[in-house]
This record gives sequence, C-alpha cells and structure tokens, in this order.
Amino acid sequence: MNKILEKQFFSPDVAKMVLEAPEISKSRKAGHFVIIRIGEKGERIPLTIADADPDKGTITLVVQRVGVTSARFIALEPGDQVRDVVGPLGNPTHIEKAGTVLCAGGGVGVAPLLPIVEALKKAGNKVVTVLAARNKDLIILEEQMRTFSDEVIIMTDDGSYGEKGLVTHGMEKVINREKVDQAVVIGPAIMMKFAALTTKKYHIPTIASLNTIMVDGTGMCGACRVSVGGRTRFVCVDGPEFDAHQVDFDEMLKRLGAYKDQEREAYERYLKTVRS
Amino acid sequence: MKFTTEYLKEERSQEWREALRKSMKAKERTSMERIRMPEVDPNVRNKNNQEVNYGLKEEQALLESHRCLDCVDPTCIPGCPVNINIPKFIKKIEAKDFPGAATVLKETNALPAVCGRVCPQEVQCEVSCFYTRKLGKPAVAIGNLERFAADYERDSGRISVPVVEKSNGIKVGVIGSGPSGLAFAGDMIKLGYDVTVFEALHEIGGVLKYGIPEFRLPNTVVDVEIENLKKMGVNFRTNFIVGKTETMDDLKKVGFEAFFVGSGAGLPRFMNIPGENAIGIYSSNEYLTRINLMHAANPDYDTPIFSGKNVAVIGGGNTAMDSVRTAKRLGAERAMIIYRRSRTEMPARVEEVKHAEEEGIEFMNLHNPVAYFTDEKGRVTTVRVQKMELGEPDASGRRRPIPIEGSEFDIEVDTVVVAIGVSPNPLIPHMMPDLKVTDWGTIVVDKETMQTSIPWLFAGGDIVRGGATVILAMGDGRKAAEGMHRYLKEKVKKKS
Ligand SMILES: Cc1cc2nc3c(=O)[nH]c(=O)nc-3n(C[C@H](O)[C@H](O)[C@H](O)COP(=O)(O)OP(=O)(O)OC[C@H]3O[C@@H](n4cnc5c(N)ncnc54)[C@H](O)[C@@H]3O)c2cc1C
Ligand SMILES: Cc1cc2nc3c(=O)[nH]c(=O)nc-3n(C[C@H](O)[C@H](O)[C@H](O)COP(=O)(O)OP(=O)(O)OC[C@H]3O[C@@H](n4cnc5c(N)ncnc54)[C@H](O)[C@@H]3O)c2cc1C
Ligand code: SF4
Ligand code: SF4
Ligand code: FES
Repeated sequence: MNKILEKQFFSPDVAKMVLEAPEISKSRKAGHFVIIRIGEKGERIPLTIADADPDKGTITLVVQRVGVTSARFIALEPGDQVRDVVGPLGNPTHIEKAGTVLCAGGGVGVAPLLPIVEALKKAGNKVVTVLAARNKDLIILEEQMRTFSDEVIIMTDDGSYGEKGLVTHGMEKVINREKVDQAVVIGPAIMMKFAALTTKKYHIPTIASLNTIMVDGTGMCGACRVSVGGRTRFVCVDGPEFDAHQVDFDEMLKRLGAYKDQEREAYERYLKTVRS
Repeated sequence: MKFTTEYLKEERSQEWREALRKSMKAKERTSMERIRMPEVDPNVRNKNNQEVNYGLKEEQALLESHRCLDCVDPTCIPGCPVNINIPKFIKKIEAKDFPGAATVLKETNALPAVCGRVCPQEVQCEVSCFYTRKLGKPAVAIGNLERFAADYERDSGRISVPVVEKSNGIKVGVIGSGPSGLAFAGDMIKLGYDVTVFEALHEIGGVLKYGIPEFRLPNTVVDVEIENLKKMGVNFRTNFIVGKTETMDDLKKVGFEAFFVGSGAGLPRFMNIPGENAIGIYSSNEYLTRINLMHAANPDYDTPIFSGKNVAVIGGGNTAMDSVRTAKRLGAERAMIIYRRSRTEMPARVEEVKHAEEEGIEFMNLHNPVAYFTDEKGRVTTVRVQKMELGEPDASGRRRPIPIEGSEFDIEVDTVVVAIGVSPNPLIPHMMPDLKVTDWGTIVVDKETMQTSIPWLFAGGDIVRGGATVILAMGDGRKAAEGMHRYLKEKVKKKS
C-alpha cells in the first residue's frame, strides 16, 4: 500500500501524483520507472518516475489519462492508497555531457521525457526541447520543460499554438540551425519512428524510450518485447531506452494496438460508471 | 534433515506402529488394489477452473493407508527430496490420527498440500516404494495420501503451527517467494531466526501462484500454507525487488547477516523464428501470468487476454500442458500441442498428459514451428510447421529431433503460446560480479550446504538447477537453511 500525498492537474488529462515510496525514492535514477496496480482487480501499468524526494520518501509520477487505469489513477485523491507500487525498474538513462541535446516529446511521451530533460540539463548539456501535439489543449508540461530546457519549441498539427507542423519539422529546424550532438525522442510509436528517420538522415545518435505494454516489468513475461537491430529485446529489463535507429517501430506500433478493442470497451464501460 | 537408520528403527518399534503392523497380514495388504484418485469428468472440467482431482475421501485414504507395509527399510524415504517420514505419516492415517499425519509431514515439508498435488511422485517417492521395486505392483499412493492429510488438517480449521525456537535476533533475508524460498523460511524461523522474504511480484508463492493453474493447484491451498508461515513469524515484503528497490548492501546495513537466493528461472525463451513477435503470440509465462496472477479471464478484472478459437502451444513440458489446458478452459475450439519429439520424450508429468488427452487436447508430436504469418494488423493467423523424425540421443539423453525437408504445412491459429523453457533469472548474478555462475547462468553452490562463492549468500531452486520441480526447490531450501544455520553459528562463535 502506498499513500497518495499530493495531486495537481497540469491539464484536464494530465496530473502529477506524489506517492509515498521511501525505498524507491532513495534508489531511483532518471529514466527509471515503476509499475503500479491501483486496486485488487486492477492491471499493472508502467509509469516513469518523474521526480523523487529521498528525504520525504516520496516519488512523483506524471500521468496522462488514456484509458481505464490511468483514468482511475488520476481520479484518486490525496489520502487514498495505491495497492501496489514496485520499482525502480528498467535501466537508468545514460546521462552524460554530450553538448547540445535535442529532446522531442509527443503525446504520452512528454511525461517520461521530463526527468530526462532535467538530468541532461543538470549534466551540463544545452537542451533544446520540442513538444508536439494535435492542438493547443494537448500540449502539456510546457512550463516544467521550460525550467530545464534552454529552449522549448512547440509544434501543433493545426497551428493553434506554437508553430504549425509535425514534431519532425521542429526537430529539423534545430538541426539545420546548429550542431546537435544527441537526440532523445519519446512519444507514440509512430512519432518516434519518424523522429528517428529524421535524425538518421543527419547521423545524429538518437535514443528512444519505448513504452510497450508490460505485465510484470521484471523480464519474466516477454509482453514488452521489441525487435532492436534484428534481435528480440525486453523493454523492461534491456531498456526502456534503445538506439532509435535500430528499433523496429512498425512492429512495436502493432504490438501496442494488441488490446485496442478490449481497452476501448473497458474505457467506455468505465466512463458509464463514472457518469452514473 | 536426514533420518538415521537408528532413528527410523526406533520410531518404527513404537507400540502403536507395532500394533498396527500386527493388525493385518502383509499378504492381505499387498493384495489390495491401489485406490484411484477420483477426478472431475473431463468434459465438465475442461470448461471451468475447478480442481481436476477431488482428493481421496476418508474411507479411501484409510483403505490406501493399509497397503503400506511399514517396511523395515523404507526405500520410499530417500526417494523423496525432502525425506518425509513416509511410513510414519501413512500409519498415522491408518490409526485415524489425521492431524497427527499432517504434523509428521510438516516436520520436513513446509508445503504438504502443494506437494501432494504437484510432485512428480511417479519418479520420486513412489518409484522407490517396495511395491514398485519388488512386487511389480502400483506403488502406495503416497502423494494422494499426503494431499489427503494436509487437506484434512486445513479443512478442519485447526492447523498445527510448528514449534518455533526462541528468537535469536539474527536477521536473514530470502530473495524470492517460490517454493525454495518458502521452505528455507519455514526452517529458519523454526530455528529462531528473524526471517524476511522479499518478493518482486504483488503475490507470494512464485510459480505456485503465477504459473501453475488453479485447476491443478488452487491458490487458496497455497495461501493457507503461507498464512501458516506468517503465524510462525516469517515477514513478507511484496513489491520488493532485491537489487532494485534496495540492494543487499543496503539490507546488510540494516542488520541482515545472510541471504538465500531463490529467484527462480523466470526468463522465457523464444525460438527466434520469423513472425514470433506477432500479436497473439505469448510466452507461457505471460499467458499463465495474465490468467493466474492477474485473473484476466474474469471479467471483473482489468487485465486483458485473447481467448482464441485455435490455440497452438509449442512445447511438451508441464508448462505447455498447463497452457494448453488453460486455453481449452478459456473456450478454444481447437487447443493443440506442437512438440518436436514424440510422446515418450515429453518432459511433462504422465498424469498431466493423460488429463490433457482426456480433455480433448490435440497432440501434434514430431512437429516444429518454423514461421508465423499475420493479418494486416499484425495478429497471428498461421503457423507453419515442419515434420520431424527422431535421430540419435543428444546431450539430454533424449533422441534428437531432425527436420524432414519439404514437409512444411500451415495451420490456422489465432493464439500461440511458446512454452519451450525458461532461463535463470539474471538479476542477482548481474548485480554481483564476484558470484560464480555457470555458462547457463545458474548460480554455482556447494551441493551439501547450498553456499555460493560468496560466504553469506546461499542459493537453491531453479536459479541453481535451471527449470526443475517444486519439491527439489524445497529440498534445496531446507539444505540451505541447515547450511546457513551452521555458517551463522560459526560466525557468532568467532565473534564471541
Ligand atoms: C517504461 C514506460 C514508462 C511510461 N511512463 C509513463 C508516464 O510517465 N506517464 C504516462 O502517462 N504514461 C506512461 N507510460 C504509458 C502508460 O503505461 C500507459 O499510458 C498506460 O499503461 C495506459 O493504461 P490505461 O489502462 O490507462 O490505458 P489502456 O486502456 O491500456 O490504453 C489506452 C490507449 O493507450 C495506448 N497504450 C496502452 N499502453 C500503452 C503504453 N504502455 N504506452 C503508450 N500507449 C499505451 C493503447 O494503445 C490504447 O490506445 C509509460 C509506459 C512505459 C512502458
Ligand atoms: C507452468 C508451470 C508448471 C509447473 N508444474 C510443476 C509441477 O507440476 N510439479 C513440479 O514439481 N514442478 C512444476 N513446475 C516447476 C516448479 O514450479 C519450479 O521448479 C519451482 O517453482 C521453482 O521454485 P523456486 O523457489 O526456484 O522459484 P520460483 O517459483 O520460480 O519463484 C521465484 C520467485 O522469486 C521472485 N524473484 C526473482 N528475483 C527476485 C528479486 N531480485 N527480488 C525479489 N524477488 C525476486 C520471482 O518474482 C518469483 O516469484 C512448473 C513450472 C511452471 C512454470
Ligand atoms: S513431497 Fe513429493 S516426493 Fe516427497 S513424499 Fe510427498 S509426494 Fe513424494
Ligand atoms: S516403501 Fe512403500 S510400502 Fe514400504 S514404507 Fe514406503 S510407502 Fe510403505
Ligand atoms: S514486462 Fe514482462 S518481461 Fe517485460
């Protein structure tokens, strides 16, 4: 049981949750994630540890509502308990001083990108962050990203905020303007695929943090498997970060859709229970 | 604990044992038929999750207990990896002292209700029984009787909690809550240690919980045994990955003196053939975990699963049988085993193969998958298999399967479960560069003490053996407890 101590909405669909987790708060590094299970009948979902306070014994998660479990989670209030929290999982981000780092985040990827941006900045890099979404309302964590970035570029599909265009346009603008030593991309698989193709064109080493479906998060089930450089790897223990130019995003994209119908039905059922 | 011949003799010569032996002629005993375990009708049980075996009724257990000859040299005992005093517990049953029988079991076996159900008795205690060895008759049904006594005690609601020695205040840690860890914890708590079991998952029990299905081993059976350990004073920490949540160094700082590693062989293997990462292709671990640990088949729970119409399970071990029988229970019209050797080489227990056959499972032996094909969404639709023939025996002693060129054909499937084995959990070995491991990744231990190359670290179960059995894992746990007890006693002596 882990108690929720604090909750703050960044937008209607994105909330910051602060949880009691003393041991994890001490062991965690940037890039680590936890798996949580909200209640006895809940599923296990992975969430990146956005921040931690070892003195207070707390961890911070930034969660975007995309389906049943994320919706249930951000509906909880301070004082409520989360049934299970396990971690820290995965390998920490390999943070070093590379020079100029281009970070690109889209959709669900913006939350896990935040602690990486922070760590890169603290390691002495120049960090340029590109945030992308369909429209203005879906741009999240802009303020937090600005705190740790030298520059934040906003891209929206419809031009309702920042510049009109895809994440790759924003990235290319930076690449054409100055020397980029490294790139980090996190977001929907389709976005990572095109972002990786873009940096490949310019021979920029690129890391992608993969958000595959997981169950245990300890390397036991293989639900999270992806092909990287033609080899099957487990995201939870071998990742979550990989050389973006080696990842088979098409395969990952398909695997992420594995339970789409079931997830949609479950979410619709859930929404009914919330409204009534 | 190994019984000495004198001890066994002395016990055997106790009055009540003598009286029982005299109450019936050996000839009469040996002429009795082995009682068959009653089973649920295959066409009923393959649609639900109820346990396949009903368990012996009281009268049946009594009859069966009369068959045991209470041998002078009970060869059955060394056949059991934890050396249960088999004739003693069976004679307790004959004397109608069922709780007494359970107490005997618990002297050496922390989980009798579990072992009575899942032990491969036919190759352990029962193969060593006088009936099998000398009379050429079916062995005394040791496993079934063990289950009976353990269940009787549980159902009576008066479970005896083994006597625990006064606390010695020495803290020891257990990594993993599978059978090896539980057996180790049970013995160490009895010796007075302060025992904490750390488990990565949210449930205690290891494979007993996430792997072996309800229809063979109901979770409630495992839970009662865990409750018992709790009553004896064992602490359990779920959601705690040693090496991640905290390291062993962290734990040593708060007073842990020594550790037992029972982290299992939980890493699934795949075949690395084209299309294997398609949607609908599971490792057996994922498939069984979704069903057993996450209850995905129950609509009240959130975790999803595909309940396919045509399910192919690749492999021939217990895990494959459990997966294919689970698929049938989830409503598969066609649930098939694809296995590259023949039935004789199947590593699964005989009873499980027989149960699977009765339940309508198809067996495609001497076939091996070579590729998978999908629809446009990436869901598996087809498995291409190749026929095999058997050649000379290989390193495992089983005849090597050889592909027959040009024999490939396609089978329509919508779900595939790959159950071709597991590898040792690499977490602890990775963490400790000084720890000696084999080329296969199993931890090297002294066979008697289960001590690793690091003196304060002991190990047992699948992390030492690769995939093995519940009872071997428990036997290791017990040996390790003895080994660690000796080690810690020495250490305390040196200090003082
Ligand atoms: C290592 C890792 C770190 C993550 N960190 C964060 C984080 O910090 N904050 C955050 O909000 N989310 C994060 N995610 C994603 C998060 O786990 C999923 O959003 C969550 O599992 C969705 O569960 P649900 O029941 O709410 O939605 P579901 O009903 O399961 O899914 C709804 C929709 O989301 C998509 N989806 C499902 N699972 C994932 C997934 N794992 N990743 C991306 N899309 C998915 C589905 O395709 C579906 O369309 C992370 C994922 C991984 C693997
Ligand atoms: C489907 C299936 C069916 C089987 N059927 C039978 C059968 O009928 N009869 C039989 O005798 N055997 C059977 N077996 C084999 C038997 O279950 C195993 O040999 C036995 O469970 C091994 O026990 P163990 O104690 O080594 O570890 P496991 O049972 O594997 O448990 C290890 C535990 O350690 C945890 N862990 C790992 N690393 C850490 C860490 N760093 N920190 C904390 N926790 C950690 C894991 O989460 C896991 O819960 C079956 C196995 C499977 C998979
Ligand atoms: S524990 Fe297993 S091997 Fe030992 S007596 Fe019981 S059934 Fe036989
Ligand atoms: S060998 Fe068979 S008959 Fe003899 S004591 Fe053991 S179980 Fe009984
Ligand atoms: S989530 Fe199970 S192996 Fe990665």
